[in-house]
Amino acid sequence: MSAPTTLRDIASRPDMLYQGVRTCSGCGASLIAKLVLKALRKPVVVVSATGCLEVASSILPYTSWKVPWIHNAFENAAATASGVEAAYRAMMKKGLIKEMPDIVVLAGDGGTYDIGFQSLSGALERGHDLLYVLYDNEAYMNTGIQRSGGTPRYAWTTTSPAGEVLKGKLEAKKPIALIAAEHRVPYVATASPSEPHDLIKKVRKGLEVDGPAFLHVICPCPRGWRFDPSLSIEVARLAVRTCFFPVWECRWEDGDMVLELTGPSRLIAEVPELKLPVEVYLAIQGRFAHLFKPKKLESLIRQIQADVDANWKLLLRRAGMA
Amino acid sequence: MARVEQKRLGMMGDEAVAYAIKQVEPDVVAAYPITPQTIIVERFSDYVADGEVRTEFVAVESEHSALSACVGAAAAGARAFTATASQGLALMWEILYIASSMRLPIVMAIVNRALSAPINIHCDHSDAMGARDSGWIQLFCENCQEAYDTVIQAWRIAEHPDVQLPVMVCLDGFVVSHTLEDIEVLPDEAVKEFVGERKLVRVVGHAGDAFYRLDPTGKEPLSMGTFAMYDLYFEYKRQQEEAMRAALRVIEEVGHEYSRLTGRYYGLIDRYRLEDAEVAIVGLGSSMGTAKEAVDGLREEGIKAGVLRIRSFRPFPMDAIRGALKDVRAVAVMDRAMSFGGPAGPLMMDMAAAFYGLEEGPVMVNYIYGLGGRDISTDDFKAVVRDVLKAAEEGVKGVPVRFVGVRG
Repeated sequence: MSAPTTLRDIASRPDMLYQGVRTCSGCGASLIAKLVLKALRKPVVVVSATGCLEVASSILPYTSWKVPWIHNAFENAAATASGVEAAYRAMMKKGLIKEMPDIVVLAGDGGTYDIGFQSLSGALERGHDLLYVLYDNEAYMNTGIQRSGGTPRYAWTTTSPAGEVLKGKLEAKKPIALIAAEHRVPYVATASPSEPHDLIKKVRKGLEVDGPAFLHVICPCPRGWRFDPSLSIEVARLAVRTCFFPVWECRWEDGDMVLELTGPSRLIAEVPELKLPVEVYLAIQGRFAHLFKPKKLESLIRQIQADVDANWKLLLRRAGMA
Repeated sequence: MARVEQKRLGMMGDEAVAYAIKQVEPDVVAAYPITPQTIIVERFSDYVADGEVRTEFVAVESEHSALSACVGAAAAGARAFTATASQGLALMWEILYIASSMRLPIVMAIVNRALSAPINIHCDHSDAMGARDSGWIQLFCENCQEAYDTVIQAWRIAEHPDVQLPVMVCLDGFVVSHTLEDIEVLPDEAVKEFVGERKLVRVVGHAGDAFYRLDPTGKEPLSMGTFAMYDLYFEYKRQQEEAMRAALRVIEEVGHEYSRLTGRYYGLIDRYRLEDAEVAIVGLGSSMGTAKEAVDGLREEGIKAGVLRIRSFRPFPMDAIRGALKDVRAVAVMDRAMSFGGPAGPLMMDMAAAFYGLEEGPVMVNYIYGLGGRDISTDDFKAVVRDVLKAAEEGVKGVPVRFVGVRG
């Protein structure tokens, strides 16, 4: 099956999630899962880490999954998927199955940046043929919005509150996709649900390469980021347009990292005036409200802009566009 | 099944386990090295490197991932094996419960070793006891031969349709794992025939009947490892207990079938000179070999002693134990682990429960011994027997706990 290339194609593909997933209204995670499964080329087995998507999609006696699906624990989605892949590989050797299914991991930021980091790194190093999709809602949303290694600087969470002295999380977001890329795996990309074509194409590439692929998807969370559920896609779009979350893809050729910006990020690289100030992204989210009220904390907003600019510059250099 | 011709090979316990696993040739072995289990994974790596097995060997980055990968592999419908010890088993603890509750027939060798701190690489049973309530079948082996035989039997027990539970094959660190012994091994074909292919059970899934696995064709989709609240969770746990009860029968059935093939029988318990015994030593693992030697010596002195070695610690064979000890008046219960602050060692608590509420039962004294690999000799066991006989003469109150071979 070829990858769907138009919205019409995408819409005509069957949904591999049943209706009635119990995620919140406006949830990015179930939308991302749905889009990922639109890119399928052959039978797939999905491995989920503990998290919002897992809990909301598998409350017995119901399930949201039309495809074979397994959840093991929080920190071990990559290890579990390694075992699934090894099992099918052994069955292929013995002639018990005719075709390897695709193996897709769906895990949140806690299960990837933090508690699942070791098992992810191990699986990437061992070279299992699987696609790991990180839906990054930038905090432990399932347990009630606690900070993770994926939470951006100065964001409010329930364990990095905006207090009199401390103004949200003090530390920067871990560059997880570049860390994955430095494992020298065949394919790493970032994507946004606001760019569904780009996302689906990247899923497809991730499935097609021989070996591990890692896809980092920004995942707006109305509950945790404090915005109206109708704005999820708009928030994701602004994350890309401000270069807060640029979209790119990366492969290795002759020992060199070949990084290319895609979609709107490529356009911004070519036409820098299109880059929006990060303030427009921050201002529509309640998790950054303390930067604007009761008085505007200009220096902190400047710091976030400086982070964004530095990361963007680094990407431009790596993409050979600086 | 007719007796097959066996070959005699000199092997250490770890090597015997690796050799048995080579003969079984599971689909996936995922393992991480830890003393004194390392020889198992090293030997098995040799078999993989030499092309003697088609097994996928996944050299994971931790024991947590080792068992996690086994869960994934077994859920995919494959046979999965791992091996660990001590800290490694402790690190797996979270996934132990998941593997058993997901009813995945994984087999794992535990090379029993003390838990830190202080860090120690030698034998005791603290590691396995920490996994006591995790829903795994736990079989304790006395020697290399039994470790070899039990690793082969474990698949049949685990995969039995009435059981569908993971199995730990426990062998004592160094005492068994690193001790050379002549063992009888089956031909490869006989092992293959005995274990057969894994037969998947049929279950009712949301999209109709399905084999219990992650279907690689996607035609029979199942959701495995789902979320259950108070309305359904409890039933899962109740079913695990039913499976454990069934395992009591299956362990013996598999043991009998195996004995017809090999002439060696292992069941739930191992009775040694208990027929006319007045006093018995009860325990687990390799030190029961020493206890048997001590019993022989005591018999020469006119003391009618015997040994009851418990092979199946989980499920705990209450009926078999009561039957074996019905005419025994004094029992020394040997624990190579502690339950700090508890009423006694873990084996003693189960032994006390086994006789609870009965009008008659033996006088029992609990002896904690051998922690961190401290040796126990035949003389120690003889002293234990004399001590428990004295206790039976004088009578005991409650659950006496005594220590063997420790300062202070």
